[in-house]
Amino acid sequence: MLLPLVLAGCGGPFPQSALHPESDYARALDGLFRGIFWWAVLVFVVVESLLLFILLRYRQRAGAATPKPTHGHTVLEIAWTIAPALILVFIAVPTMRTIFTTQAPPAANALRIDVIGHQWWWEYRYPDAGIVTANELHVPVGKPVALEITTADVIHSFWAPGLGGKRDLIPGHVNRITFTAESVGTFLGQCAEFCGASHANMRLRVEVESDSAFRAWLAGQGGMGRLAAKGSVEDRGRDAFRRYGCIACHTVTGVSAGTIGPNLTHVGSRTTIAAGVLANTAEDLARWIGDPPGVKPGAKMPKLPVAPADLSALVAYVQSLK
Amino acid sequence: MTATKGLRSWLTTTDHKRIGLLYFWTAFAFFLIGGVEALIIRAQLARPGNTVVSAETFNQLFTMHGTTMVFLALMPLSAAFFNYIVPLQIGARDVAFPRLNAFSYWVFLLGGLFLNASWLLPNHPAPDAGWFGYANLTSREFSPGPNIDFWLLGLQILGVASLAAGFNFIVTILNLRAPGMKMMRLPVFSWMTLVTSFLIITAFPVITVALVLLMFDRFFGTHFYLPSAGGDPVLWQHLFWIFGHPEVYILILPAMGIISEVLPTFARKPLFGYTVVVYSGVLIGFMGWGVWSHHMFSVGLGPIADSVFSATTMLIAVPTGVKIFNWLATLWGGQIRATSALHFAVGFIALFTIGGLSGVMHASPPADLQQTDTYFVVAHIHYVLFGGTVFGLFAGMYYWWPKMTGRLLGEGLGKLHFWLMFVGMNLAFFPMHFIGLLGMPRRIYTYAPELGVAKLNLVSTVGAFLIGVSITVFLVNVWRTRTRGKVAGNDPWGGATLEWTIPSPPPPHNFDVIPTVASRLPRWSMTQLKAIPEGAELGTPHAPAGSWWPLVAAAGLPVLALAPLTHTLWVAFLGAAILIVGIYRWAFEPFEA
Amino acid sequence: MERTSLGLDNRKMAFWAFIGSECLLFASLISTYLIYKGRSVVGPYPHDILNIPFTSISTFDLLMSSLMMVLALAAVQRGDLRWAKVWLFLTALLGTFFLAGQVYEFTSFVHEGLTLQRNLFGATFFVLTGTHGAHVTVGVMWLLTLWWRALRGKLGTGNALTVEICGLYWHFVDVVWIVIFTVVYLIQ
Repeated sequence: MLLPLVLAGCGGPFPQSALHPESDYARALDGLFRGIFWWAVLVFVVVESLLLFILLRYRQRAGAATPKPTHGHTVLEIAWTIAPALILVFIAVPTMRTIFTTQAPPAANALRIDVIGHQWWWEYRYPDAGIVTANELHVPVGKPVALEITTADVIHSFWAPGLGGKRDLIPGHVNRITFTAESVGTFLGQCAEFCGASHANMRLRVEVESDSAFRAWLAGQGGMGRLAAKGSVEDRGRDAFRRYGCIACHTVTGVSAGTIGPNLTHVGSRTTIAAGVLANTAEDLARWIGDPPGVKPGAKMPKLPVAPADLSALVAYVQSLK
Repeated sequence: MTATKGLRSWLTTTDHKRIGLLYFWTAFAFFLIGGVEALIIRAQLARPGNTVVSAETFNQLFTMHGTTMVFLALMPLSAAFFNYIVPLQIGARDVAFPRLNAFSYWVFLLGGLFLNASWLLPNHPAPDAGWFGYANLTSREFSPGPNIDFWLLGLQILGVASLAAGFNFIVTILNLRAPGMKMMRLPVFSWMTLVTSFLIITAFPVITVALVLLMFDRFFGTHFYLPSAGGDPVLWQHLFWIFGHPEVYILILPAMGIISEVLPTFARKPLFGYTVVVYSGVLIGFMGWGVWSHHMFSVGLGPIADSVFSATTMLIAVPTGVKIFNWLATLWGGQIRATSALHFAVGFIALFTIGGLSGVMHASPPADLQQTDTYFVVAHIHYVLFGGTVFGLFAGMYYWWPKMTGRLLGEGLGKLHFWLMFVGMNLAFFPMHFIGLLGMPRRIYTYAPELGVAKLNLVSTVGAFLIGVSITVFLVNVWRTRTRGKVAGNDPWGGATLEWTIPSPPPPHNFDVIPTVASRLPRWSMTQLKAIPEGAELGTPHAPAGSWWPLVAAAGLPVLALAPLTHTLWVAFLGAAILIVGIYRWAFEPFEA
Repeated sequence: MERTSLGLDNRKMAFWAFIGSECLLFASLISTYLIYKGRSVVGPYPHDILNIPFTSISTFDLLMSSLMMVLALAAVQRGDLRWAKVWLFLTALLGTFFLAGQVYEFTSFVHEGLTLQRNLFGATFFVLTGTHGAHVTVGVMWLLTLWWRALRGKLGTGNALTVEICGLYWHFVDVVWIVIFTVVYLIQ
């Protein structure tokens, strides 16, 4: 049993770990967990060592007399009812406090981001900035953020462990996650409520950045998709984007207005594609566009017979949408 | 008169002992199937990006593993002991309704076959939305195939079996006790059977309604769980968990009852705090109704609901902990004989404690938000259900095997089984606490190597296969015992309760003379059994005759269930007709009971 | 009756347990109805379509049938086979009238646009009252079976318990209807 502990200790980094909180929300949960953990260790040690002691001390010995038949002991019963109950009180009080602080309404100046879950990708809208993007969430460090979360299809769950606990995305409901990130960095997460064939492939990425970097990113997410020079390979890619019907499902501002798939206006600026499953490289883009259900079982993006020349043009076009 | 040999005698049996054996072997077979499903899951997860099975197959595997283990293995294994042992413990000749008892078994078998038939159709459309099938993923829109139909129809069939058994055991335990067997003299296993039966008859109607509403959504176009017309998928969660939480107590209380018998026998001391243990069980039964939304802490029910359910959940830990201390106190000062049965009972205490502690962690909603729906909760459920229920059931098997078969399971192989299973279980499930906290959600067919959980997953897989090896050891033991097992007399262990006063296996009528009981430990106070007068007229204790009608009536149910699957109305009429004919013939059959 | 630990006949005890279980069944359906009350997105709504006077007559009919049931049991218990047949038949008949009323009500609702699929009111209403109606149907079949037994002279003081248990079921179904009538029709 120690082996896994050892293995867990060495190794890492653990980019999706709940044990390295980097937001006020995550820290509150972590503090509570550690408190409960140590009480649990105490009870574990008491009970298991008692058990071990009993097994060794009261092993049957040859020729021993029949043991005294004890039927009960009221004081003991009361004691071992009250002791655990007391421990539970010590756990319950900080629990209730934390429930209310973490579910309190967000600060008035909180950055509001709408999160809409889809099978199997994340849509992010920044209503104040009029931005729509997907799969990679950017937030400023040190400022309160309020995620208003819902879904367009089935139940999902938003979970970026380093930034806090999970909350479900339920059709017909709007839930909320509020947090203030405490350090700059990349936080991985993924959907944590079984949502169908590619539940395992609905990953998410949160980029916590400095205020200026965030503002720059936000500005870059506005406006139209990057225009390609006429005759360039990117331009041929834009044409293929239309011919193959990509415009029916995707929005690239100024080019198309589809809402079935993620907004691709600035997809080139993302680190990953296909909701965190592949890297945003030419090779992986080609792999994805060539056979989406092959990468993500059940993906609604169809496998189309894309001619090789069109494929490289498409990849170039998509990569140009920074 | 009544056939005693051959297939016909088994098909028409109404003898609780035979029905107990039928339950046992059928449930064990499903346990093996569920175990294989688990091994394939663990093989797939041994490495990131593995391709042992496709995503869809994986989703079917974890769904069927959970559904099979809960409904087709653990519950019926407990039922096997309810059937065989409870009438013996209370001094009865059979259960209150022997034919209803047979009916329960046949419905269970047919329901289990119905559910698993999905594996055999082309493309194997086995249920694939998890063992608790959340709406609206289970709607026709998002699950168009027959997978969920097999699930909801199969579970409805199985519900009938459980309900019938619940009614039967309530009446049996309340009404068929031997003279002098007051409620507070009842063996704890029989008490826990009673509480479990009450939980069954009150919880199963709720899941029945949940499933019926889902069936209407999928077949008749209603919107009970669909937001487009104002329905709410969260209604499913409430209905399911209002059933689901009592269900987990249905799963654990019988095992707690078993070890409450095993520990005193092998410590040679009475159970410490009998009254408290019994009342704790009853209290857990009641309190189990008030905690269901602790499965829903991530749903966003609001801070007040979260707080209330957190409080009730923590409260229920108290009677549970009290039982553990009473078991320890039973062993304290005893003369502990380290038989295989005792090994498993002690294993139960050690492992269930761990599961209970992770349960307390889950009881705190903020902490739970990092644990729920991850491998952390998978660790929790397996510590309580495997470390708890399965270990408890194996304790019962080693303990009562001689009573049921007349032979003792081998102790050497028994202990080997225990140690392999104990080590395997901890290797399989302890790492999952870490895997979950390191960010791996549950129900994913693969995971990214960057998460850093690959090594722990591999350790877990090794543990799972070790469990498989341990079960093989058990099966070898069972096989060898058939011919080479030591013959057991009435009472190989020095047990305290009535089942040890009669031959192993018991004659069809159980007791030549129904004993008059004067204490909680009738076998240990042998003097009072001398109340059987010498040369007394034993009479012909009537054993129930067999009957075909429970089997016939049972067969009506899967036929009825086939109707929606095949979209044919006449099949429904056929199924109903079989059911009705079966019931009428049963009702008017002359039957000696 | 053979000796039992609590002095109650096994079948009677089993039946009370069954009724307890059925209470949970109907409680779940009624709760679902209440949870979705007022949440239908489109009509027809309850006040548009429920006919209190008509349903009151149905309710009265069912209540009267419970009276017939009580009289039937009393007749069997005193060995009066002639009146037992009459009252059993009348109970079944009134039960059938109730069912006919339900069928009429359901078909008229469908004609007015309320179907299972139309809205949450349709779904919850039909499933709840339909489940109740199915229970009444089973009860009528049971009553007719007992009546048939009485016709063949097979009902008497010795097996009065079977009539008593049928009566328990019938009264239970009636009580459930009172609750449904109150919750669905009267409190809108």
